Amino acid sequence: MSAAPARAGADRPPLFEVRDLRVVFPGPAGGLEAVSGVDLAVDRGEVLAVVGESGSGKSVTMLAAMGLTGPGVTVTGSVRLDGEEYLGRPEALRRLRGKRMAMIFQDPMTALNPVMTVGAQITEMIRIHDRQVSQRQAMKKAVDLLALVAVPFPERRAAQYPHEFSGGMRQRAMIAMAMANDPEVLIADEPTTALDVTIQAQIIELLDGLRRERGLALVLITHDLGIVAGLADRVAILYAGRVVERAPVREAYYRPAHPYTASLLKALPSLEGDRGRLVPIDGSPPGLASRPPGCSFHPRCPIAVPRCMVERPALIAVGDHAAACHLADLSARTPLPMPAAGGAR
Amino acid sequence: MTDAAIPTTTPVVRSRRMRPQWLTLPVIIGFAIIAFWVVVAVTVPLWTPYDPLMIAGRRLQAPSMAHWLGTDALGRDVLVRTLYGARYSLPIAVIVVAVAVAIGSALGAIAGYLGGLVDSVIMRFVDVTLAFPPILLAMAVTAALGPGLDNAAIAMVAVSWPVYARLMRAQVLSLRGREHVEAAIAAGASRPRVLIRHILPLAWSPTLVNATMDLGQIVLLAASLSFIGLGALPPTPEWGQMISEGAVHFYSWWIAFGPGMAILSMVLGFSFVGDGLRDLFDPRSGT
Repeated sequence: MSAAPARAGADRPPLFEVRDLRVVFPGPAGGLEAVSGVDLAVDRGEVLAVVGESGSGKSVTMLAAMGLTGPGVTVTGSVRLDGEEYLGRPEALRRLRGKRMAMIFQDPMTALNPVMTVGAQITEMIRIHDRQVSQRQAMKKAVDLLALVAVPFPERRAAQYPHEFSGGMRQRAMIAMAMANDPEVLIADEPTTALDVTIQAQIIELLDGLRRERGLALVLITHDLGIVAGLADRVAILYAGRVVERAPVREAYYRPAHPYTASLLKALPSLEGDRGRLVPIDGSPPGLASRPPGCSFHPRCPIAVPRCMVERPALIAVGDHAAACHLADLSARTPLPMPAAGGAR
Repeated sequence: MTDAAIPTTTPVVRSRRMRPQWLTLPVIIGFAIIAFWVVVAVTVPLWTPYDPLMIAGRRLQAPSMAHWLGTDALGRDVLVRTLYGARYSLPIAVIVVAVAVAIGSALGAIAGYLGGLVDSVIMRFVDVTLAFPPILLAMAVTAALGPGLDNAAIAMVAVSWPVYARLMRAQVLSLRGREHVEAAIAAGASRPRVLIRHILPLAWSPTLVNATMDLGQIVLLAASLSFIGLGALPPTPEWGQMISEGAVHFYSWWIAFGPGMAILSMVLGFSFVGDGLRDLFDPRSGT
């Protein structure tokens, strides 16, 4: 496991830090708040998994942090790279994007420009950020990058168009593009969702290798808890625009402190132990316009108490484990009083 | 000999060259018509027996071997003048459409990409322009500038650019949300770069189809303006101008027949090719 994550108040600020991020989309009654005060931090060589259901705000958080939300969207809070504030500086953020911070998108089928060769797209990525590089040098580097992400016959592949690539190869090309300027932070938005399971494993391995060899800080946005367990060092669970639990991966898996995390884990099939019925989480996540008062999770929570309906629990940290639940008791190390798997409900 | 007797179950693969599906008979005819007029426009002075302005014989002659389409009211050869007409109609159509595409696409792309106030201002301007019947607006502009082919060309650009603004705006709007565009923005590409490198190269096909069809329409519009005396001035052998002269001599039908058929064939040719291009670029909308 990598070094303990740097927290606010430590001697050195973490490499990439998002603090109290709020994202408000235009809408009735002062707008719709998709992200309500999210704190995240990731350091060099570290993998942070941001986990949540669709609509939990995980993608929006990272898009907002990179300044990629559209016009009309209000983003407040703090986004720092190496201690330097970037929120509210769109031009500085633009220069940062693709250089020190890069992003990989979910669907490699649509994220590549269909009318440019793959080599030209990687070349463009290099030349956007460094006009000194000649076309020839950039193309040579593009071929090297394709080789780095294990695309066979990189010279030939660089001259091909995206439609000549398979899904897995396209995702490799996307990663090659993201790595073009040797970024420090790589944000991967569900990088394997659109791929076959065997290809998923290869891509995960590739990302892990890049992290280890290049000291990348990797933010992995996903809803696949299996990938989280295999790759991430720390995990942040998002629900309805808030971080509900943040912990090292083992901690989160073996000792979840929030009922939502616990419910997610129960909904996973297990290889060992009893193979009873999986326990789904009742209901569906609340919509943007209809977030319940109190704890957003209380309508679906199996152990909710009256207090949960009126008072929003704060995210309380003990050591490097934090949870936002009235019933969680991190210091006492008592497990949550969750109902047993397979129990009648 | 014995070989021939062996029965074969494998089907014979014939190396018949496949014609692309969009290349239908009308499209081929359209290409042929356009090719014909292009060749005529370029080479006509080299092989016609008369000059278009020359009095070639008796006036108002009916078609004969000496004058295949007869002579007009001044005794000029109608066929020769008709063929020379392509030297006016074709370049005018190409120039007008090219300029209209350039102006319209640029404004449409900017409107679609920037949105907001810029979009509203440009598109309201487009709406207002499109609200006029094209011939009426073209007449008004030409009348204001004074008759002549060059002023007619300006008027036709003024009439035809808004369609291209709409087409390009719609394309840019649908493309700018594409993931590869977002990826380019995430890569740190500047706004002009995103528009020029990642949106526009994918946005041309509707414009190209419409421009091809428009070439025919501009030929017709140019002839219309000349017909009512706002375009080419006599003695220019321009088709609309010739029809206008022919209209005076109603019983000498051949005077208007030549240029009339020329306009018909050119409009038809560009329409056929345009249809083919549409099938090529967007197989869904084809029949």
